[in-house]
Amino acid sequence: MIRVFFLSAAALVAIAGSGLAAGGAIDGDVTKRSVNVIAIAMFLFFVAATLGLTAWAARRTKSASDFYTAGGGITGFQNGLAIAGDYMSAAAFLGVSGMVFGKGVDGVFYTVGWTVGWPLILFMIAERLRNLGRFTFADVASFRLEQTRIRTLSAFGALTVVIFYLIAQMVGAGKLIQLLFGLEYAYAVILVGVLMMLYVTFGGMLATTWVQITKAVLLLSGCTLLVLLGLKHFGFSPEAMMQAAIDNHAAHEAILSPSSSISDPITAISLALALMCGPAGLPHILMRFFTVPDAKEARKSVFYATGFIGYFFMLAVTIGFLAITLVGTNPAYLDEAGKLLGGGNMAAIHLSGEVGGDVFLGFISAVAFATILAVVSGLALSGASAVSHDLYARVIKKGRASDKTEMMVSRMATLVLGVLAIALGLVFENQNIAFMVSLAFGLAASVNFPVLFLSIFWKNMTTRGAFIGGLMGLFSAVGCVVLGPTVWVNVLGFETAIFPWEQYALFSMTAAFGGIWFFSVTDRSERAKLDKAGFPAQFVRSETGLGAAGAVAH
Amino acid sequence: MVPAHEKILADPRFKQLVSRRNRFAITLSVIVLAVYISFVSVAIFNPALFSMPLMGTSAWCVGLVVGFCIQAFAFVMTGIYTARANGQFDRLAREAIRGTIA
Repeated sequence: MIRVFFLSAAALVAIAGSGLAAGGAIDGDVTKRSVNVIAIAMFLFFVAATLGLTAWAARRTKSASDFYTAGGGITGFQNGLAIAGDYMSAAAFLGVSGMVFGKGVDGVFYTVGWTVGWPLILFMIAERLRNLGRFTFADVASFRLEQTRIRTLSAFGALTVVIFYLIAQMVGAGKLIQLLFGLEYAYAVILVGVLMMLYVTFGGMLATTWVQITKAVLLLSGCTLLVLLGLKHFGFSPEAMMQAAIDNHAAHEAILSPSSSISDPITAISLALALMCGPAGLPHILMRFFTVPDAKEARKSVFYATGFIGYFFMLAVTIGFLAITLVGTNPAYLDEAGKLLGGGNMAAIHLSGEVGGDVFLGFISAVAFATILAVVSGLALSGASAVSHDLYARVIKKGRASDKTEMMVSRMATLVLGVLAIALGLVFENQNIAFMVSLAFGLAASVNFPVLFLSIFWKNMTTRGAFIGGLMGLFSAVGCVVLGPTVWVNVLGFETAIFPWEQYALFSMTAAFGGIWFFSVTDRSERAKLDKAGFPAQFVRSETGLGAAGAVAH
Repeated sequence: MVPAHEKILADPRFKQLVSRRNRFAITLSVIVLAVYISFVSVAIFNPALFSMPLMGTSAWCVGLVVGFCIQAFAFVMTGIYTARANGQFDRLAREAIRGTIA
């Protein structure tokens, strides 16, 4: 196993080397920077360190429990950092600062929504999830319901979320690396995909967690430094910074008002729902709760994670306001039309070069890349576990699969997901990333979250209700996206959208919750009696942790 | 159902645990939701209040500062819950389990 790992790592370095050479050979392409040596050196250092970490983790990953949950031996603080790492994606870092740079306070609307979901996850879900589940959130959703149908539904819910999120991350990664490192898009996508497969197949959850922690620490310290260096230009006065931002932004005072995109009530409610409930349905985030030994540590993880996430978003917003003055007024970062070079999401990157020179630019670029790498690894692991633990071991083998074959299937699934992510990343090169992320969040909020939430709290939920309601959430979410402005108009080229709103969670979540309720209360089957009879035992375990899967000693 | 579960369900300490913890969790959730809903409502229905200068003169607007405060507030709320749940509630849960199994 270890030898295979080192061989593949060596092959990867060779691929990266040839990619660099190819990147350097093409100089005519204007959308691409010249090869950024400092950034690449820092990134290679990160890759080397994380591959070393993976080799260490590979030696400790022996059982399925090690592979899926790092044996449940991660502490609350470590897991808090890792959750924050999973959550602080490149889309959040570059997207939020870019949004503030472009529109002003709109960014805060998003960051507040993304943060307040966490206390609710803690009060309602975190400890119960830990008490009931073992490897995946489907363990919890199907605790007292019929395994085959609910596992299949949850696994597909998890897989669709993972794949949309993966595509978004891969496309983002390809573009970003092209821009930052001067690497070809295709090489960049392949590099990310291969590294992700290495981390996950060899190091499992232990490697994924530590990659996540490393990245979270780098991102938090990098952003802190970026804000401090930026504020120095304003004599460390936030007041002077904001005044300069108002003076220098084309919209002036209007950057302090919410823009029209969120002033429509239906849109705002849908967006708020998706931002708040989405995280509680993201499989790679939910899976993190099984890596800690007990409910106590699960609570601590959310406590630390909320602190890191809240702090990080304040930094991201501040970075946007800093960039309005320091980047937006500097013609070196703008094209002829006055637009930001490399697109709106590059505000934070340009700012790092402006305030800290090439070395800091290299560092922030490497951190942004590391961010993507860590997030895709978490996604791949949760997608693979949906295939191996839910579909293979529980649905197909009905729980009779051995630890060893289950792990093998998981590793194969990781490879398949990796290849798929690379292929889709190449196909969707020119797709809008934001819409994919919104779809992932929307699906998480309207399929995974309702089923999970009601299976924990509503004693009368039955298999039929969960299954039909979950599917209703799935189809209405996909329907709203396809018939809505982002796909129907922008992608398919029709004149007007059949479904007029860009945000749809209000409708799809209502469909899911309503469907689950209706098809549960009208369910008179034998199975329904079993489902309801299973609730008291589930309730005791979910409230006290009695019988919960514990940590495995190494 | 395992007999231990039935005993625990009937145990007054378990009932006390569930009702106390639920009351606490629901109260905190309602507070967080109320804060968030007010924030969103102001952004949608009263943008003028949202973009009002802080203290009348600052370049920072009320909405932005309140947004930051809500993020800090979310952290404080998780801290309050974690402290009480990891102490008092876990103690109750342990007693409820020990009392019925032993």
